[in-house]
Amino acid sequence: MIPTRERVPIAAAIVAALGAALFILPLLGLLWTAPWTDLGHVLFEPEALMAMRVSLVCSVAATAVSIVLGLPLAWIQARTSFPGRSLLRALTLLPVVLPPVVGGVALLSVFGRRGLLGQFLDPFGIRLPFTTAGAVLAETFVAMPFFVLSMEGVLGTLDRRLEDAARSLGANRWTVFRRITVPLVRPSLAAGAALCWARALGEFGATITFAGNFPGRTQTIPLAVYIELESRPEAAVALSLVLLAVSLTILVIMRGRWLETP
Amino acid sequence: MSLQARVRVRRDTFELDVELAVDAGETAAILGPNGSGKTTLLHALAGLIPLDEGRCTLDGIVMEDPAQGIAVPTEQRPVAVVFQNQLLFPHMSALDNVAFGLRCHGRPRAEARRIARGWLEGMGLGDRARARPGALSGGQAQRVALARALAVEPRLLLLDEPLAAVDVQGRAELRRNLRAHLGSFGGVRLLVTHDPLEAFALADRVIVLERGHVVQTGTPAAVTARPRSRWVADLAGVNLFRGRADGDRVALDGGGELIVPEAAAAGDVFATIHPRAIALLQVKPEGTPRNVWQGPIDEIDVEGPIARIRVGTVPPVVAEVTTAAVEALGLAPGKNVWVTIKATEIVLYPG
Repeated sequence: MIPTRERVPIAAAIVAALGAALFILPLLGLLWTAPWTDLGHVLFEPEALMAMRVSLVCSVAATAVSIVLGLPLAWIQARTSFPGRSLLRALTLLPVVLPPVVGGVALLSVFGRRGLLGQFLDPFGIRLPFTTAGAVLAETFVAMPFFVLSMEGVLGTLDRRLEDAARSLGANRWTVFRRITVPLVRPSLAAGAALCWARALGEFGATITFAGNFPGRTQTIPLAVYIELESRPEAAVALSLVLLAVSLTILVIMRGRWLETP
Repeated sequence: MSLQARVRVRRDTFELDVELAVDAGETAAILGPNGSGKTTLLHALAGLIPLDEGRCTLDGIVMEDPAQGIAVPTEQRPVAVVFQNQLLFPHMSALDNVAFGLRCHGRPRAEARRIARGWLEGMGLGDRARARPGALSGGQAQRVALARALAVEPRLLLLDEPLAAVDVQGRAELRRNLRAHLGSFGGVRLLVTHDPLEAFALADRVIVLERGHVVQTGTPAAVTARPRSRWVADLAGVNLFRGRADGDRVALDGGGELIVPEAAAAGDVFATIHPRAIALLQVKPEGTPRNVWQGPIDEIDVEGPIARIRVGTVPPVVAEVTTAAVEALGLAPGKNVWVTIKATEIVLYPG
């Protein structure tokens, strides 16, 4: 029997309305304070354009790195068994719950000039902290787990017999992965990449800690918002609107996949 | 050219232990109930499941031999599989499904597509080349799956319940089609099925598999003529008894005794009795019939003008009478009847 939905009890409705207001009011506030008449002008200032460009480049690059590195990682976690697999899964999940600023500090301790790897890279002139590449790395660190987790679930439930069929026709593992596995998970791959990209776009803590706040190189939109809030609040609000618009767009496109109404 | 295999695979409590040899140009059917290990055997031959023990050679080349550490990976075996439910790639057209294996075998794209198109046309599917599997009927999908497997020119063709996913109407025609294509394929043909009709229609030889072991092998006619298991006897629709012969008497394993026409060689024997050779009577018969037992009717199964009646005698038997006789004798479940079998109707063979 399909459970019928209950009528809303008054008390629950009041508390729920408070909860919903917590999400909705700030959005309304943002829309209310927005410098609508000036919006074009504020957003086309060089600082804003620069921040948007850095954000776009870094978040797209971080998503690309997440797909390239994350897909094999998800495949291994979903498909193979080896000692320490559950530990690896837990560690993959860690950046999701770890405060991003801690992630930034951790990245510094590895890639900093005296860091674990940084001390060997520095003599070759390879420096990641406070560079655009560093911003990409920080965003990848925080965003990749979202991609890996969503792909791991999909790869685990995929009909493996189709891959067996491909192997029986002479396809080696790489061909199976490229021509069968990836095409079959493509819709989920797009959704996972979108989630990952949205997270990378909003990244703040790890980026500012590891990559600093250099306009044109590492100052992404969230960093610019934070900086501008003191001096030019209208610019901060305008840039926030950009992020809000992007987020809403992703949500609308992906709603079927993320929000399944039971 | 042939397949020679000894396959031993253990899975928790299940053990598959099968030895088989099939010649090129021969179609062998592995026939067995669900859970007998048919699909496991097929996957093991394809290399999708590793052997625990045994050896598998194809045309004299070792495909797998765990003792020697040899295991040719699936993709390098000259083996193609028509899977249960076809397993066509849903994201590719029918043409690309057939061309897939050819591409994997190193054919250039245009050539692979040309050959694939030829296969589809040979299957009468030239006009469906661009269709995705989701848009194909069950029968069409089955033919695409067959074309996909044959296109790579394997030495061993494995078919797993090839007609199970096709609706009953289309099955007869598809079976003829399959038979024709199997006939023109020169390699080893091994079919797995639980459907005796499919096995008997397509195979030269039937290998009956039960609980992971071969119980019987032979031509379809030979297998049904002399069943060696309850399952095969049920397929053939006969009563099967197993016992120990001594003179003209057979002491049955499940209790009871069977009197046979002439003294059989002493030892384990099977006996089959056709249900039509069993007579049901209300009163104890006088005279010639020597196998006379009494018991209650357990079940009456009416199919058209024929009723199959299960009687709880020792041993239990199934008799076949006309529905008119059921009424005339007033047969009903629970009623006690006399069962008689003429000794001359009993078929006896070594167990």
